Amino acid sequence: MTRRIRLIVLGVGIAAFSAAMLLAFTGMPRFGGDVHAYRDAAVAASYGHDTANAVSSINFDQRGFDTFGEETILFCAVVGVAALLRPVHRERRREVSDAGHVLESTGLLVYVLFPLTVVLAVNVVAHGAVTPGGGFQGGVILSTGIHLLYVGGRYSLLRKLRPLGWFQQGEALGVVLFGALGIAGAALGSALFANVIPQGQLSDFISAGTVPLFNVAVGMTVCSSVVVLLASFLDQALAIRAERGNGSGPDPRSGPEEGTAS
Amino acid sequence: MNHYAYFVSVGVMLLGVAGIATSRNLVHTVVCLSVAQSGTYVLLIAVGFQYGGVAPIFGGQVGSRTPVVDPVVQALTLTDIVVSAAVTSMLLALVIQIAKRHRAIDPDRLGRLEG
Amino acid sequence: MNEGILSNVLIAVSLTLVLAGAAAVVFTRHPSKQAVVLSYYGLLLTILFVVLQAPDVALSQVAIGTAVVPLIVVLSIRKVSAIRADHHLEEGEEGT
Repeated sequence: MTRRIRLIVLGVGIAAFSAAMLLAFTGMPRFGGDVHAYRDAAVAASYGHDTANAVSSINFDQRGFDTFGEETILFCAVVGVAALLRPVHRERRREVSDAGHVLESTGLLVYVLFPLTVVLAVNVVAHGAVTPGGGFQGGVILSTGIHLLYVGGRYSLLRKLRPLGWFQQGEALGVVLFGALGIAGAALGSALFANVIPQGQLSDFISAGTVPLFNVAVGMTVCSSVVVLLASFLDQALAIRAERGNGSGPDPRSGPEEGTAS
Repeated sequence: MNHYAYFVSVGVMLLGVAGIATSRNLVHTVVCLSVAQSGTYVLLIAVGFQYGGVAPIFGGQVGSRTPVVDPVVQALTLTDIVVSAAVTSMLLALVIQIAKRHRAIDPDRLGRLEG
Repeated sequence: MNEGILSNVLIAVSLTLVLAGAAAVVFTRHPSKQAVVLSYYGLLLTILFVVLQAPDVALSQVAIGTAVVPLIVVLSIRKVSAIRADHHLEEGEEGT
């Protein structure tokens, strides 16, 4: 298919799709209206289980099985990336030095921000049932915090502080924990992913039954997944090069290793 | 204002699709795919919005009688964002693999290579 | 009613910004510039989610959309250009 034909097909497709969407929108309820049937049912169920954060309640209590499926998608994608990006036999790993011109202030900022991010992430995961946040957000924040060390130009420190094997185990463990919690719901209660623990008082730190436990499991998986994911890409971008005849010389494009990450 | 949010969501999606179709670099293609997917976030959140509604976090001032926005679509969007990140990273890993094999990441040139 | 108009304007402005941001990402042809624009676009989406009362979604968007995904894109671009540079080097050696 030539470029011209492709553009024509694209134009026709966009026109037809736009027309269909316009037709559909005329039949949709007004933006910002007050009829939300699912909202009413979900809020009632969230109140029934004393979960302050209705979004967490839906993700981990009412639709727990869907979230398990979604976690499996993430898990499989990360396994796929790790498999695709592992060094093959025609590649060698080179040493990445992190001597470079990172500004003093940047380095300092990273050392201040790193512990703060970790505390923030743990807080977000722990209060997932009470305030905005939860396992997904906390997990990503934690892994981002760990990679601040890379922005600070300390790739070797990042490699030390990030025992990759543990994170690979942690990812699997998180998924297993999530599934086990779901099966516990079936064993102790009525159904898979049922909320079987007493739910306590709305907005208390310990409330909402199994939701905080699910949050911890998801936080573990998501954090480990993102760490493994970024580790694969970082390795490919910085350390792994194709084997060449005289490939031992210094890299002509020296010094991009400590570059800022955005 | 009546349907503007819905138009924006479709607009974002179509922009992404147009970007995919006209792209000359596979990394650019993958980024455009993630833009196209972000149209669904806008649509979902817009469907659940209610004027005067507050965020669905209860306790304090917000009780069971306070109007809140729809938490169901927010949960769906949350899932959507995480899956989008997973898809994007998977595709970028494939792009790296293609670059290793063919040394070219222009889709037009790749088509000829595969012949 | 005053508040209603204000929130209407806020929503309209943030929606328009998102649309403009999406266009900017798609029409930035240079990949490494595009990664930066993508990060700003993630921020615009975050603002929209905050305006539309979705703090949970905003939090995960700000972490994934403005940090993790652009970082992965930057790393992929760097890897691809390293592969090409290696290839050109090799070709040069074989040529001489």
